[in-house]
Amino acid sequence: MSRPGSSPDEKGVSQNGDPGGHRPVFTNTLNAAVSPETRLLSAFARDTQARKVDLAGREYYSEEGRPFELRLVGKIKQQLSTDPTLHPEYPSSLGLREFTRKATEVALGKHSRAIVENRVLGVQTPGFTAAVRLGAELLRCWYDPSACWCGPVYLSSPCDDSLTGIFQAAGIQEIREYYYWDDKQRGICLERLLEDLESAPEHSVVVLSASAHYPTGADLSQSQWAVITRLITRRRLFPFLLLPTQALCCGDMERDAWPVQHCASLGMELLCAQSFSHCFGLYGEAVGHLLCVLKQNSVLLPVRSQADKIVRSLWARPSVGGAHVVTTVLSNSAHLVEWQGEVKHIVERCMLIRAILREKMRLLGTPGRWDHLTQQGGLFCCTGLNGEQVEFLSNRRRVYLLPGGCLNVSAINCRNLDYIAESIHLALTSSL
Amino acid sequence: MSLFSDVPQAPPVAVFKLTADFREDTHPQKVNLGVGAYRTDDCQPWVLPVVKKVERLIVEDESLNHEYLPILGLPEFRSAASKVALGDDSPAIKENRVGGVQALGGTGALRIGAEFLRRWYNSVNNTATPVYVSAPTWENHNGVFADAGFKDIRPYHYWDAAKRGLDLAGFLDDLEKAPEYSIFVLHACAHNPTGTDPTQEEWKQIAEVMKRRKLYVFFDSAYQGFASGSLEKDAWAIRFFVSEGFELFIAQSFSKNFGLYNERVGNLTVVSKDNENLTRVLSQMEKIVRTTWSNPPSQGARIVSKTLNCPELFEEWKGNVKTMADRVLLMRDQLKAKLQALGTPGTWDHITQQIGMFSFTGLTPKQVEYMIKEKHVYLMASGRINMCGLTSKNIDYVAQSIHEAVTKVQ
Repeated sequence: MSRPGSSPDEKGVSQNGDPGGHRPVFTNTLNAAVSPETRLLSAFARDTQARKVDLAGREYYSEEGRPFELRLVGKIKQQLSTDPTLHPEYPSSLGLREFTRKATEVALGKHSRAIVENRVLGVQTPGFTAAVRLGAELLRCWYDPSACWCGPVYLSSPCDDSLTGIFQAAGIQEIREYYYWDDKQRGICLERLLEDLESAPEHSVVVLSASAHYPTGADLSQSQWAVITRLITRRRLFPFLLLPTQALCCGDMERDAWPVQHCASLGMELLCAQSFSHCFGLYGEAVGHLLCVLKQNSVLLPVRSQADKIVRSLWARPSVGGAHVVTTVLSNSAHLVEWQGEVKHIVERCMLIRAILREKMRLLGTPGRWDHLTQQGGLFCCTGLNGEQVEFLSNRRRVYLLPGGCLNVSAINCRNLDYIAESIHLALTSSL
Repeated sequence: MSLFSDVPQAPPVAVFKLTADFREDTHPQKVNLGVGAYRTDDCQPWVLPVVKKVERLIVEDESLNHEYLPILGLPEFRSAASKVALGDDSPAIKENRVGGVQALGGTGALRIGAEFLRRWYNSVNNTATPVYVSAPTWENHNGVFADAGFKDIRPYHYWDAAKRGLDLAGFLDDLEKAPEYSIFVLHACAHNPTGTDPTQEEWKQIAEVMKRRKLYVFFDSAYQGFASGSLEKDAWAIRFFVSEGFELFIAQSFSKNFGLYNERVGNLTVVSKDNENLTRVLSQMEKIVRTTWSNPPSQGARIVSKTLNCPELFEEWKGNVKTMADRVLLMRDQLKAKLQALGTPGTWDHITQQIGMFSFTGLTPKQVEYMIKEKHVYLMASGRINMCGLTSKNIDYVAQSIHEAVTKVQ
């Protein structure tokens, strides 16, 4: 855990002559440095301009500009609220069994060899961050105990800015980057990515996005995955896959999970953090899952018992509400069809927005390449704007992007599209 | 070869193993007095009527947004939760020096508080600061503080087995001898597992030493309302400490008093010296939460918040809580009466003197073994029973079993 420097007057042991009680106990507590994302959000919140546009949000926004609740989910919540068989029992620390079963199946495919051979552990977690945290704790405590492993963990450049903090909070200090997004190419530079992983020490953990990479939206192709998995196997690296928005990238559960299934089919050991918040519109419900694919069935029970122990001192057990909804949908073929329909609608809208935005850029004659907008999938895309240009957008045009120039495609709608396109154009053409 | 080949099997948690054994037992008269969850007289979990009502209101509320909750949680939940602990007219709240962090149950609240203290209490690195937990205590206290990074977790005297009550002298002695600035985990009421709470006079003595020795107060409050049936009575110790000027943490759980075991509703109430301190503390709490679960689940917090913030629902809830507390009190009375009627050797006053869900019966490990193996009555090796596991249908059998255990087994 990184410690801020402490100066002589920050040491807290002085005896203050305060007769009424203690001197404030937490005088040394520094005001936490605000993350760029938070700064952005508060700037947006303080912005009183009617025209402001927030393209940095994490949720899927409907055309009306609100986080989207799936109709089916609303119906099921109603049903569940009147279900007399649902008891307010403590769930197991590893979560609802039916949920973990379904979550495992959607990631690996029902007939996955790993499932059949009973060497898969599934743990329900209160959200995606919690899944990553649990995976990190498992690795820190138990990955290669004989070698006293303590890192490094490789994250893509760029990546979700909370990932570093999560691994460090779990006690893994050494976090490194591997090259991923190339601004010039407006896409992944595989060559440099492979170079970085090639030089990673054996037993490094590599965090890879399975689909809908956040924040760039740029995903590895199947042939690129084949090359990477060969390298991972050869260099004895450990894959930790991220699957936060399954089905929202290609509109297809299986296609979005292909990398997970590919690694498993090669007999690899892996962790995969999943979230059902996005694809079910259950943001507030914290529905996450950590998948552990192990090489042997014999280690399943020990690993599960250790996962259980870790969970018990973190959050004890997950919350069940959202998990019930997801399980209900995934276990019923009629619901499944209805849900897939709604998801398809979300995906098609995102693809349409990408296409329209790209077309606008072309019509405006905006400099730079915009093909990548339609080559990518999912909620996020990287515009390639630099820091200055991103600031221009927020300061002068009240259009808020993520600090790295990435934006949430779903937040664009027919009311703000022109303004946004114009703004990006200005950012790139005004002399700054 | 799996990279996890050398991972050892972790020992099972005693109370869950007990429940698992109970489940497999086919004896028709088996009774589970292990796990700490409320049961009705039909031995069923109970959805509080007010909770059912509020759940419907929530499901039908079109205006609710479905966004991620803020990292620190639902604001109206946090303020209502802190208010319920500190009281409506709490000067600390009026002085704007009270904040809350929504957490995943009481465990989550403890963990966030522990993580914060390890980083920021007293100096920047507190892994060596002693953390004192009562002997005995809820066994997860050890796990939470250890995993938060504290290396020195010590017991303080609490339960006097001989007199079946509080070992006040031992407790005060430990307070006197603890290094200054040590952290003490106190049970706000309905001590788990003993059911034995300090009296108001005893709390005053404890507070006096803690203030003088500059010890940090971390309350665990999982049973407010559930212990005596009165929210105010059960919060007396907390409110007293706050009125004495202590800065402190309170890990609150709404699992039991709302029957929301599976929605994981907790709150870490922070009482600071002033608003400026509070702001800084909360900013660091946010960082810690961000790398643990990032955004807490909304369902449970919404239910509790709606209930606490609406006068009619609040009254209804208090009534539901009293229903649960009253049933426990009834079972205590009846168990003691039956044991006395049977002429079971020993005194059984402690059963009605103790408070909350649990009772430390005083049964020895051998007697407990007898209860489980011969009578199929499941209780913890410590002799702890969950009063909620008793019903009008099984109380005679349980009393009889205790009688046999005490008379046949030493």
